[in-house]
Amino acid sequence: MTDRDTVAHLLRRLTFGPTAAEVDAALETGVDATLDAVLAPVGRTVALPDVGPFDRKDARRQSRDAVRWWLRRMVNEPGGAEKLTFFWHGHWATSVQKVRSAPLMLAQQQTLRRYGGGDTGPLVRAMLRDPALILWLDGQRNTRTAPNENLARELMELFTLGVGAYTEDDVKAGARALTGWRASRAGGTATFVPGRHDPGPVTLLGRTGTVDADTYADLLVRHPAHLPHLVTRLWVRYGSGTAPDAATIARVTAAGGRSTTGLLRAIATDPAFAATAGQLVKQPVEWLIGAARQLGIDAGALPDRALRALGQVPFRPPSVGGWPVGTAWLTTSSTRARLEHAQKLTALAPDTVAELGRTAPAGRLDALARLLAVDGWSERTRAVLADSAADPRRLLALGLASPEYAVH
Amino acid sequence: MDTITRRRFLTASGVVAAGALAAGGTAYGLRDILDFRSEEPLGRTLVLVTLYGGNDGLNTVIPYADPAYAANRPSMAYDEGEVLRLDDEFGLNPGLAGLHRLYGQDRLAIVHGVGYPKPDRSHFRSMDIWQTAQPERPGTTGWLGRWLDTAGGDPRLAVSFEPVLPPLLAGATSAGATVPGGALTLPKGVTPDVLTGFGTPAAGDSPARARAAACFADLIKVRDLVDGAIPDDDGDAEAPATATGGQAPPLERQLALVARCIEAGSATRVYSVSLGGFDFHADEKGAQESILGTLDKPLAAFVERMADRDVVVAVYSEFGRRVRANASEGTDHGTASTVLLAGAGIPGGRYGEPPSLTDLDDGDLRHTTDFRDVYATLLADVLGADPERVLGGWTGRLRFS
Repeated sequence: MTDRDTVAHLLRRLTFGPTAAEVDAALETGVDATLDAVLAPVGRTVALPDVGPFDRKDARRQSRDAVRWWLRRMVNEPGGAEKLTFFWHGHWATSVQKVRSAPLMLAQQQTLRRYGGGDTGPLVRAMLRDPALILWLDGQRNTRTAPNENLARELMELFTLGVGAYTEDDVKAGARALTGWRASRAGGTATFVPGRHDPGPVTLLGRTGTVDADTYADLLVRHPAHLPHLVTRLWVRYGSGTAPDAATIARVTAAGGRSTTGLLRAIATDPAFAATAGQLVKQPVEWLIGAARQLGIDAGALPDRALRALGQVPFRPPSVGGWPVGTAWLTTSSTRARLEHAQKLTALAPDTVAELGRTAPAGRLDALARLLAVDGWSERTRAVLADSAADPRRLLALGLASPEYAVH
Repeated sequence: MDTITRRRFLTASGVVAAGALAAGGTAYGLRDILDFRSEEPLGRTLVLVTLYGGNDGLNTVIPYADPAYAANRPSMAYDEGEVLRLDDEFGLNPGLAGLHRLYGQDRLAIVHGVGYPKPDRSHFRSMDIWQTAQPERPGTTGWLGRWLDTAGGDPRLAVSFEPVLPPLLAGATSAGATVPGGALTLPKGVTPDVLTGFGTPAAGDSPARARAAACFADLIKVRDLVDGAIPDDDGDAEAPATATGGQAPPLERQLALVARCIEAGSATRVYSVSLGGFDFHADEKGAQESILGTLDKPLAAFVERMADRDVVVAVYSEFGRRVRANASEGTDHGTASTVLLAGAGIPGGRYGEPPSLTDLDDGDLRHTTDFRDVYATLLADVLGADPERVLGGWTGRLRFS
């Protein structure tokens, strides 16, 4: 790897598609300073868009506005914050389809932003009282007379520990610990109703006693399976798409400490990280936002249909398990959709096309690689691109559709 | 319908001879479906229906006469007067009128108590187990993907209409095709040369990048599998919101596309369709009845439409629900459940041993039929394959007796 490849790899993974200028700047300042800069804004809240108060009749419009606002931030904000927020959204995967309130989805996102860069303790505590999550996983139906396992199970299986680290009895006990919470769409709140809570002692994860949402959260984040689980989930989104080996998990966990920012830094500086270049399938949002950033496309112009055709719309994950990882994204239909939307994207970027056209045809493939922050083209792709080098718009569209741009 | 697609559809449906169209100046692809038809003799076709979220088998095929059933589900049981009666022991959910009619005509097979050892109550793990057919340790290939590997790997043999590849269609060396909307018309200006070029393996490709390249080669084969007359989903007509849905077009639309492919003579052997939204931890009774209705109507219509064709339909979910209702008038994650089969050569009736509602495994049903028996029968009898090659040496079979 050249130094440029190294910083480009870092930026491709930690941000939404670096521009050539951003790679240039990172090359100038070096890996450490680049990491500092990219991870610095992680953990800050933002001014949320005003989509209006919850309104059942206007829910669809509110939801669309929320998506547009987020896509615009992803395009416009440099650094790693939007990418990490997107990671957490896919991790605590909650869909507006059931929550049916864009204001609650945005409030959940603010929680992910506020706590997502630090230790996971406050994050898990906050999420257990997040109205959107409670509605999503039937938490409001979970009472002392009617314990409901849905939230407790997904909390341990997906959000904190992973399959195998808990028993069916832990699920039942965890459900009891979480009884009593109610969420309101109209009020935008979650409230604890003591009369609905089961105050009795439970045996949960090997500890017997009285457990509420906060003590449950603390048990989870101190559990030996928690950090390795989180490192694995981070690695498959930021690293290679396949689970890291035990040694890598151990190294990253030891180096990263307990904060997510620390774990990200440990991943990005781990010896195994460099070898993941070229292994990770871009999620559709990553593909689209990266292209918009590199081509200088206004986020407001991005076609609504692109993400639907590619199978990934923010705030609408397919299930609580989040979006697929890896080659599940590589299908005949997604390939076709990339070919189509690559053309639409280039049509929105006449200045970028013109600039590519100002490069002499012989140098255009290299200019294209620089523009799209691709380390280089394979012989296969080089042959296809060379056939279209005379037509910069077509060349750019093919670059966006290429295997090298789909898997980075 | 644009001209090219319409021509392709006509070609595929045999209305117009290919030669007459070849002179019409379309640049590419008229051969696609016809070639495929000539390569493979028309065999039997499997349509696999995946119900995401864990469908409550006990409120689908209802043991209404068992006192333990009503006792366990005080506020959400169906009584004898409510069920669509099958016999003195069992009845179907009222939402399943079409399947009830098929059962009355000896055209629906119900397999009781299908599951696997050491059941996992995670949606995702259990669905992985069902889709990989590897209960010990789910791997990275699906059972129909491994079949596709053994059948030569042509992606047109196994088709899904979802935007994301269902794991069951992922093989080790090949993968099924995803064809949302049924048409993969190439964007203007994208020539077969581009697809062939990008579809060429390159030195140094990672496995994922090699797959990305292979998709271009696959695309040459699957574009315009059927015509594009059915408009794209606008995204607002999706299945009801759930925490464990699939992400597929409405089932009715998926099955309509399957029917068109089959009627157009496509040699596709496997279609994967899906319906999500079965995870009812609360307020289950009305909601499940409603979603079973959205399964029943298109499925029964599809079976009728395919009555004269060699098509077999199989319906499954990742698990059933716990025998005892929770106090939210829903049910939590359970184990063994019912598999439904219908179509060519499937004898109607109830098969397998209904699990006991009193001899439970930690509150859950004990499975009586291994799901690999069902798969093995589908592989051998519908796909003409050797189940042992696909199912890791599994020799069990479902017995229709």
